[in-house]
Amino acid sequence: MKKKNISTYILLLLMLIFAAFVLFPILVVLINSFKGRLFISSEPFSIPKGDAFVGMTNYTEGLAKTGFFSAFGYSLWITVASVAIILLLTSMLAWYITRVKGIVTQIIYYALVFSMIVPFQMVMFTMSKIANMLSLDNPVGIIILYVGFGAGMASFMFSGFIKGIPLALEEAAMIDGAGPVTTFFQVVLPMLKSTAVTIAILNTMWIWNDYLMPYLTIGTNYRTIPVAIQYLRGGYGAVDMGAMMAMLVLAMVPVIIFYLVCQKHIIKGVLAGAVKG
Amino acid sequence: MEKSIKKYFALFALPALICFLISFVIPFIWGFVLSFCEFTTITDVTFVGFKNYVRAFTVDNYFTHAFFFTLAFAIVSVITINIIAFALALALTRSIPGTNAFRTIFFMPNLIGGIVLGWIWQVIINGVLAYFEKTIAVDAAYGFWGLVVLMNWQNVGYMMVIYIAAIQNIPTDMLEAADIDGANYWTKLRKIIIPAVMPSITICLFLTTTNGFKLYDQNLALTAGNPNHQTEMLALNIFNTFYSRIGFEGVGQAKAVIFTILVAMIALLQLYTTRRKEIEN
Repeated sequence: MKKKNISTYILLLLMLIFAAFVLFPILVVLINSFKGRLFISSEPFSIPKGDAFVGMTNYTEGLAKTGFFSAFGYSLWITVASVAIILLLTSMLAWYITRVKGIVTQIIYYALVFSMIVPFQMVMFTMSKIANMLSLDNPVGIIILYVGFGAGMASFMFSGFIKGIPLALEEAAMIDGAGPVTTFFQVVLPMLKSTAVTIAILNTMWIWNDYLMPYLTIGTNYRTIPVAIQYLRGGYGAVDMGAMMAMLVLAMVPVIIFYLVCQKHIIKGVLAGAVKG
Repeated sequence: MEKSIKKYFALFALPALICFLISFVIPFIWGFVLSFCEFTTITDVTFVGFKNYVRAFTVDNYFTHAFFFTLAFAIVSVITINIIAFALALALTRSIPGTNAFRTIFFMPNLIGGIVLGWIWQVIINGVLAYFEKTIAVDAAYGFWGLVVLMNWQNVGYMMVIYIAAIQNIPTDMLEAADIDGANYWTKLRKIIIPAVMPSITICLFLTTTNGFKLYDQNLALTAGNPNHQTEMLALNIFNTFYSRIGFEGVGQAKAVIFTILVAMIALLQLYTTRRKEIEN
């Protein structure tokens, strides 16, 4: 019994050390966000006091330089709208290609699966050209790009779930006189709820944090949060590390709140995504 | 039933397919074609065969260097992430106080975006190096190990969650039976736990490998390839080829095709190993 206690304490100590390793960087950024920019490079791990403490200056300067609030607005709008439309359109597509058997739907299915493994670098140049040609280089048009690029994984996961639904339910609805539209929205869609939550979480994490696509398509006029933060680096000038620290804190706060509120769903979603993807 | 659904192609399938065509199918095909073309201006394009593929390796040695840098990074980070994640999962599935709080904390960095992560770690690493009056841009080795630490920080919690789920799925009577037979912890680990979580190990190995190969945001924010392209990974090298030199769009696209084949090969290998395991079981 005594031996077990000792090993428990050792394990607990190791876990505490690792937890400190995880939390330490976040804490350093938080502390430095109240420090003058020169002190960030000379004494990054000390508590800001005296000359080093600058109050909210970094925050006000950072907000002015990055336009953080509008970046937050664009990020939020693009993420929410894209995820909602991905869920609606890909669940419909997945139901169609799963229920209608044929060479065309087979090709569509394999093209969607193939798109999952293609890295963004393959299409980034031509995609941003097309976005420009079709005037999709704005906060509304980019949603179409996200739906198209996210369609692969979402349809694949929906279709995997739909394959397991017994046909009898849909047939019964149709015999009762429901058309495909009613059948889909009243019988099939409600059953897709848990898969939809998983897809929503995976896509939210992707789109919210995505840097390259918004940078290449809408970055010059509309900055999302990752683009706004990288923009602080500027051309050749030195980075204002004070403003950077403050913006990093502001960028992390919504993510951490979202995580603490939806933790269970997030971990479940990530698990399901890892196993199926 | 199939027939009545079939008529609704325009409603159910078409909207998503149009988006898919615009943002994936057409850019993919067009990009593939462009990899065989040379740009004199953005609209004046001539067919040049495999010239771009040759130039990808001959115009400078950055692409080759990026390949080996990425490969070394992927190998080191895959090994460290999975060992640490598995060890944490083992620890947190034993009865120690506060396991839920630890899980919550360890997983959290996974949600923070790559750009933000890169800048956070740049401050920490430059802060440590400041004691030696150096910065991360001085030596490629700092950038390499910086990326490894960053990647571990971000991914360990994610892999840990997968391992924890797998360990908790092991039937307890199996472990109890081993206890009765007098097996010690190492025997149980080797004979029961590791074989039982093997499918998850495969998943995690491939997830971390693909994450390592595709890494872009963290690379850009942490080192931006400094010093002199020495910490540039494949994705960043492709981006810089496209956008920092005029007339190199074809070369960039050729590199992107090579990169795609590389990533696709990893994915196919994954499919092959998991399929084979399924048949064996």
